[in-house]
Amino acid sequence: MTDAILNGLGALFEGVRFMLAHGGPNLIMIAVAGVMFWLAIAKGVEPLLLLPIAFGCLMVNLPLSEVMQADGVLKTLYDFGIGNELFPLLIFVGIGSMTDFTPLLANPRLLLFGAAGQLGIFITLLLALALGFSKEAAVSVAAIGACDGPTVIYVSNMFAGMDRIPTAMVGALAVAAYSYMALVPVIQPPIMRLLTTRKEREVKMPSPKGKISKTALIAFPIVVTIITGVIAPKGLPLMGMIMLGNFMKVSGVVPRLANAAENEIANIATLFLGLAIGGTMAGPQFLTRETLMVFGLGLVAITIDTVGGILLGKIWYLLSGGKVNPLVGAAGISAYPMAARLVQNEGQRWNKHNYLLMHAMGANTGGQIGSVMAAAIMLSLLKGLGII
Amino acid sequence: MNNVVFGLTMLVVGMGGTLATLFLITLVIHALAAFFPVRPDAKEAGK
Repeated sequence: MTDAILNGLGALFEGVRFMLAHGGPNLIMIAVAGVMFWLAIAKGVEPLLLLPIAFGCLMVNLPLSEVMQADGVLKTLYDFGIGNELFPLLIFVGIGSMTDFTPLLANPRLLLFGAAGQLGIFITLLLALALGFSKEAAVSVAAIGACDGPTVIYVSNMFAGMDRIPTAMVGALAVAAYSYMALVPVIQPPIMRLLTTRKEREVKMPSPKGKISKTALIAFPIVVTIITGVIAPKGLPLMGMIMLGNFMKVSGVVPRLANAAENEIANIATLFLGLAIGGTMAGPQFLTRETLMVFGLGLVAITIDTVGGILLGKIWYLLSGGKVNPLVGAAGISAYPMAARLVQNEGQRWNKHNYLLMHAMGANTGGQIGSVMAAAIMLSLLKGLGII
Repeated sequence: MNNVVFGLTMLVVGMGGTLATLFLITLVIHALAAFFPVRPDAKEAGK
């Protein structure tokens, strides 16, 4: 009887014993979860994603946790929606439904900023290869330059599913991507000021005059889906889902579906995706040299994206005889609408009568299309090269 | 394929492909605006 009671009590403290004996990495990750809670709650850094990611991270790092074992709750969520890339795609439907392409259609040339804003992806890919990452891992890290969490998860998880990169790396990539997206207001302004002169920053741009018909707005998502499907079919799920969300919104005939995509579907997918990604952050697998390098390269990627956009803006400034404000180029990334607002604020800081918002919104939506297109082209290239 | 060739291929074809595809989309947007111009609404047309 006494033995049974002692054994029972021993079982209750098994977790504590495990933590004391082998729990170093888990304790570090619990502290990381605490930092993410603080960032999300006290600092408002991407709380929609960081909060569930941090909670998943906490749960998986508690001693003897079974949440990521077969049939564990987080493993079930992972297999249900991350392992097959479903959750990122559902979030994309919501993003499409929240996006207004009108400023871009009013001034289509702004789409080119969305291409320049992807320079970070390809330069980071070279850097990651030089640092010894495998081809698949380098592509996954480079995808952080898309400034787009779902794209990063979609691309990296595809490789994790093929056992080309460790599953824990998906968590590191997702956290890096969302953290840097949240840090865009900190990262971009110094680069904007460093690369432009005061005269360039003060350039006033008149409001776009082109008006867009409803038919053109409805046709746009259909046409972009077709072009992506023909040129880069591996990326069709990504672009198709964004354009589906936008199509439902602009068609005006399915407001319930558009609202559901923007709210319920995106919210549920975000919660499950965050928890499942947090579940991949188990200390022993997560705390590696590669994880640190992922965070370093992610910062490089987003910095070079901004540099690429501003440099194109400077070229445009010269070619237009000083009519284009190069700051608009910084909005050519996928962080929507944060990057556009930053450009507006920075422009007004140097010239109070400057209203760059509509141009920046056009470049920003161009960045959204550009980031997905870059990922789609990378995946199709990998298929063409026989790597996937 | 070694990493240098792979990386440069991705840089040139990937960045070039992204730029070219987005340029194609700008042309398509111009075409959409030309095919589906904004029509003055009935009230304005009646004035």
